[in-house]
Amino acid sequence: MSLKIVVLAKQVPDTRNVGKDAMTAEGTVNRSALPAIFNPEDLNALEQALRLKDRHPGSTVTILTMGPGRAASIIREGLFRGADGGYLLTDRAFAGADTLATSYALSMAIRKIKDYDIIIGGRQAIDGDTAQVGPQVAEKLGLTQITYAEEILNVDEAARRITVKRHIDGGVETVEGPLPIVVTVNGSAAPCRPRNAKLVQKYKYALTPTEKAQEAPAHPELYDQRPYLNLVEWSVADVEADLAQCGLSGSPTKVKTIQNIVFQAKESKTLSGSDADVEGLIVELLANHTIG
Amino acid sequence: MTMNNVFVYCELEGATVADVSLELLTKGRKLANRLGCQLEAIAAGSGLDGIEKQILPYGADRVHVFDAPGLFPYTSLPHTSILVNLFKAEKPQICLMGATVIGRDLGPRVSSALTSGLTADCTSLEIGDHEDKKSGTKYENLLYQIRPAFGGNIVATIINPEHRPQMATVREGVMKKEVLDPNYQGEVIRHDVAKFVPETDYVVKVIDRHVEKAKHNLKGSPIVVAGGYGMGSKEGFDLLFDLAKELHAEVGASRAAVDAGFCDHDRQIGQTGVTVRPKLYIACGISGQIQHIAGMQESGIIISINNDPNAPINTIADYVINGSVEEVIPKMIKYYKQNSK
Repeated sequence: MSLKIVVLAKQVPDTRNVGKDAMTAEGTVNRSALPAIFNPEDLNALEQALRLKDRHPGSTVTILTMGPGRAASIIREGLFRGADGGYLLTDRAFAGADTLATSYALSMAIRKIKDYDIIIGGRQAIDGDTAQVGPQVAEKLGLTQITYAEEILNVDEAARRITVKRHIDGGVETVEGPLPIVVTVNGSAAPCRPRNAKLVQKYKYALTPTEKAQEAPAHPELYDQRPYLNLVEWSVADVEADLAQCGLSGSPTKVKTIQNIVFQAKESKTLSGSDADVEGLIVELLANHTIG
Repeated sequence: MTMNNVFVYCELEGATVADVSLELLTKGRKLANRLGCQLEAIAAGSGLDGIEKQILPYGADRVHVFDAPGLFPYTSLPHTSILVNLFKAEKPQICLMGATVIGRDLGPRVSSALTSGLTADCTSLEIGDHEDKKSGTKYENLLYQIRPAFGGNIVATIINPEHRPQMATVREGVMKKEVLDPNYQGEVIRHDVAKFVPETDYVVKVIDRHVEKAKHNLKGSPIVVAGGYGMGSKEGFDLLFDLAKELHAEVGASRAAVDAGFCDHDRQIGQTGVTVRPKLYIACGISGQIQHIAGMQESGIIISINNDPNAPINTIADYVINGSVEEVIPKMIKYYKQNSK
């Protein structure tokens, strides 16, 4: 007996290094202007998946990501760390999706994957911080969910039950739910294991069909000999998604305006860090009872 | 019976309504007044006799009570079914909930089931009009869901022109809690839970649960000493606890400091953390991204200590100390000790 695990992962712009060109005039993210990374909490989710695979031999971990062509590097990163395969959901029609349209597209891809026990992803992505995609995917698939997971404590394959420790406001909770299920994982969960050198060797030439067409790989024969090097790419049509529910047209939320914020400058008093200046400030704050 | 009202989902710990829900009732009352509609509240849990007494004073015209053993502790499916089925009947125009663990578990699920838009972690909610430039369609009295977006510098106004309810989550402390009238009269409706929640929804079992009172009172502290990435290290950050101890203050942090592991997430100030309104805010090595400013800009007096004279936070500070935090903070401790008492 073994588990089929799908990891939802997102390539995100590194919002820790944001420049002026980060947003387009339409208010969507200008991804090309920023370095792209594996969404941090999705790595925590991948680790939980890999731990289950360690404990349940024969299990498979599959990465599912949606994004532009270059998001395929997320799948390779997952393979380097122990995943078994991956799907890239990519189509111009997915562009501009809000969380609901994203969840719809992901849920259609998961329906196509068909055979799954656990769908796991990070609690939220650093480019939006909404934490909405996990629960919305669960709802679209008619599954229950366990969010804010800290650790998957146990999966009882015979009983088809999963036990998870999760954070709640002001505390922790241990809950038990049925398989299949959607789980979202916190950034405070165990960090992801590093790349494995053997797996890097094994998968470094793994490419999507688009990448193969663009890059003209040095060893084209490899892709017939080693089928695991062929990453799967799916379009709207491949997952039989309804165009009206994808991308901008499938997004109930619209960005009305984007404002660059200029703070209302106060008249401020500038001090140096000298003893006299610091003491002067402390004396002033004590005198006007700001501090006691 | 009126429809298309403003709804607030009241989060419960046992039979106590969470502060964030009372804050949203206060905001919801104002939105309802602006729209000329009613404010309705939902309370779902166990042992809720008299729960309306906590809710009505904030101006709720109707309180929907769902009282059944399986509804506390919260699990996703039963609470989702309550909201989805209630909303199908009542057709609210707006639904607000806390951006808490529960609100962020429940909100997206409800929005998916109803295909309605949801905006997370709003810092401001307003009513306004919209014209779609492409189609020329005019929309009146939409909910403007305003939130900082994307790494700083930007505030986005999100709308849901075509879908109802317009849903938003808001963090605790962002809106102000205010009793409208201690004797406010509203209707209390006790629903038959079984008509809303199928037995099959009770599939997740809570087998163990510990909730502790918060370790600190960051939200209510009159003085906050907050540190950013500029504190350099966890050891450097710990200096702030020394200063805070002297000043009887609480320690807060920017997201960058939390991400760097300098301190726990529960001390994070800003859009995705706590909102504070102390009388004195001392920002140490904080550059001041919009998400951080959103969580502290209503502080009385702001002191910024920073090496960088151009740090954005300096523009909203009353006092700017151009200097290194490692030097200035020990001096503050020293001169406080010398001059107090």
